[in-house]
Amino acid sequence: MLALLRNQKVRGILFQILTILSVVAFLWYIGDNTMTNIEQRGIKTGFAFLDGTAGFEIDEAPISFSSSDTYGRVFLVGLLNTLIVTFVGIIFATILGLLVGILRLSKNWLIRKIATAYIDIFRNIPILLQILFWYNVVLNAMPSPKQSLEFVGGIFVNNRGLYIPKPDMNSTTIFVLTSLAIVFVSIYLLNKWANKRQETTGEDFPVIIVGFSALVLVPIVAYFIGGADFNFDYPALRGFNFQGGKTISPEFLALTFALVIYTATFIAEAIRSGIEAVSKGQKEAAASIGLSGYQALKLVVLPQAIRIAIPPVINQYLNLAKNSSLAAAVGYPEIITLFAGITLNQVGQAIEIIAITMLVYLTISLVVSALLNWFNHKMKIKER
Amino acid sequence: MAVYELKQTLEAPSSTKGMIHWLKDNLFSTPINTLLTLSGVALLFYIIPPFLNWAVFDADFVGSTREQCTSGGACWVFIHAKIDMFMYGFYPAAEVWRLKTALALILVIVAIFKFFKSNKIRFSILTLYFIISYILISGGYFGLEHVPTEKWGGLMLTVVVATVGIIFSFPIGIIVAFGRQSDLPIIKSVCVTYVELIRGVPLITILFMSSIVLPLFFPEGVTFDKLLRALIGLTFFQAAYVAENIRGGLQSIPSGQYEAADAIGLSYWQKMILVILPQALKVAIPNLVGAFISLFQDTTLVLIIGLFDLLAMVRIAAADSYWLGMETEGYVFVTAIFWAFCYGMSRYSNKLEKQFNTNLK
Repeated sequence: MLALLRNQKVRGILFQILTILSVVAFLWYIGDNTMTNIEQRGIKTGFAFLDGTAGFEIDEAPISFSSSDTYGRVFLVGLLNTLIVTFVGIIFATILGLLVGILRLSKNWLIRKIATAYIDIFRNIPILLQILFWYNVVLNAMPSPKQSLEFVGGIFVNNRGLYIPKPDMNSTTIFVLTSLAIVFVSIYLLNKWANKRQETTGEDFPVIIVGFSALVLVPIVAYFIGGADFNFDYPALRGFNFQGGKTISPEFLALTFALVIYTATFIAEAIRSGIEAVSKGQKEAAASIGLSGYQALKLVVLPQAIRIAIPPVINQYLNLAKNSSLAAAVGYPEIITLFAGITLNQVGQAIEIIAITMLVYLTISLVVSALLNWFNHKMKIKER
Repeated sequence: MAVYELKQTLEAPSSTKGMIHWLKDNLFSTPINTLLTLSGVALLFYIIPPFLNWAVFDADFVGSTREQCTSGGACWVFIHAKIDMFMYGFYPAAEVWRLKTALALILVIVAIFKFFKSNKIRFSILTLYFIISYILISGGYFGLEHVPTEKWGGLMLTVVVATVGIIFSFPIGIIVAFGRQSDLPIIKSVCVTYVELIRGVPLITILFMSSIVLPLFFPEGVTFDKLLRALIGLTFFQAAYVAENIRGGLQSIPSGQYEAADAIGLSYWQKMILVILPQALKVAIPNLVGAFISLFQDTTLVLIIGLFDLLAMVRIAAADSYWLGMETEGYVFVTAIFWAFCYGMSRYSNKLEKQFNTNLK
């Protein structure tokens, strides 16, 4: 008997059985307690509450919403707002992070120091503190609607948000927007073709110059073809507040601003370390076979730097999505505020609601890690 | 016969050292560089002087009443008046000496550590210290008045939450990391599920879970303190991240080390604790410090579930009708404290990284 216990395999199996038993016992214990507690307190169970009438209004709903809509629709509004903040945040954080990451490697001493100082300052301040700071200090200090700060092009800022002109959906606008979409798709295809040509014939094609000029010229041409008739709906002060145009709420501004500034520091670091990780020998080898500085960067340094820099950057995107949950502190109506906050308070079915909320974030995480795996697979060094 | 003429010698370069050369090389080497430098200077000029004016030159530092803030800049008098609140929350003023004693004991411990190099003794001293500080802070024994956790707050609460989170997440994280590396499939899948579930959701959902759902899990009559609930959530959240970092360290250990430990007949736990873990921790420490920095930043989230940490104190202190409108000073002060803590830790982790790097090579 004792000899059997000394056998490693037997012990392994025993240990695992014990683990299963204790996990099951624990789950049974808390499950049983939960059922008793729920019964005693008269809390309902199940997901029928999603069809119940919400009875509250939402200020910023990307889809139409009124107080007679269901909690299911509240969930949808929250989910959409989470995705909107995440999407906008990712775009601006990438731009800022890329810029700062490159500036940190600049030969200019002052610029390098400013970029480093920016990173050292903002990554060491809790994100929640930054959100509250922008919301309570900076946006609160903005003037009232009557004394709004006015910028060129009919943009106004006051303590109720940012007001920007909204283009009318007439033929010109549609033409310009479609032309932009076409240009982006063609640049993508052109780049693919140019890479292929480069690999087979060795001839270089100036994708950046051609693409950039297309990006500027084509919309201008489209503007004139479409009737040269841009019509903006300008925000204007009527009574005590602004009407018309597009309003961006202070909650959204503070949240996105803080998320962008905080996440960009991490993205900048990832990009810097990616570029620095390319060994000096690679650059020297590129120079020795006669590549120009630009060619060396495009053909030798960047392909290797991207392989190292992208995975941490994608992880930062995931962090940004998770940090968007801090909207609850300023009341921006995303999933935590609307669903785990207001809906939970009204319905009281904590287990279901928090499970759904967690599931949303888990799904986002799974999608992101699938993306990461796909990228790593695609970027694996292909040895010929 | 070719005639060679002596060419005029080139003038020596004006300087390869010194201020001018450095400026030329680093700031004004090309037109683009010059432009960048100028815009950098403009940016600094736009930010720094107004901030310094507000925070230092036009600010009021001395006094005790609002009326003494006359010069238009920051009113640091507010911080001065509310400093006890920022530091200790609503902790009774008569009992604050207990917190100060607990703080001062840290110095005593540092001194003792100089004399005792043995890890066992150090560990026992630390354990003793935490027990003593708990008794000091919470009271209820030895004639000390009991201070309920609702009165804890400010920086002291932030430090308590961060410390407890770090100390308890560490052993849990190590065990989960071992489990994840284990050959036993069920143990492994339990640990993987735990880590991936926790890392896939934001901390705030875990905190909601521990503050709202956790009480439902236990029979009527078992009640948890609000602070304890937050600590449970934070610890289990942090443990998943600690486990990931330690797993990174474990994976860097060559399999020869495991085999060697097996060959000399060590048991699983002897092998892991005496051979593998010390090496793995050394690799993982820089990342672990990084994880602890984010834990320290994450402690601010407890304000969402109604605890009064340092950040929450800003709102409470500025809600005082006498000091209305002093939020900016409060936020700047609190930002400075958080920044100093986090920056200090990240510097320390950089230092450790360098130290360990040279050791390995």
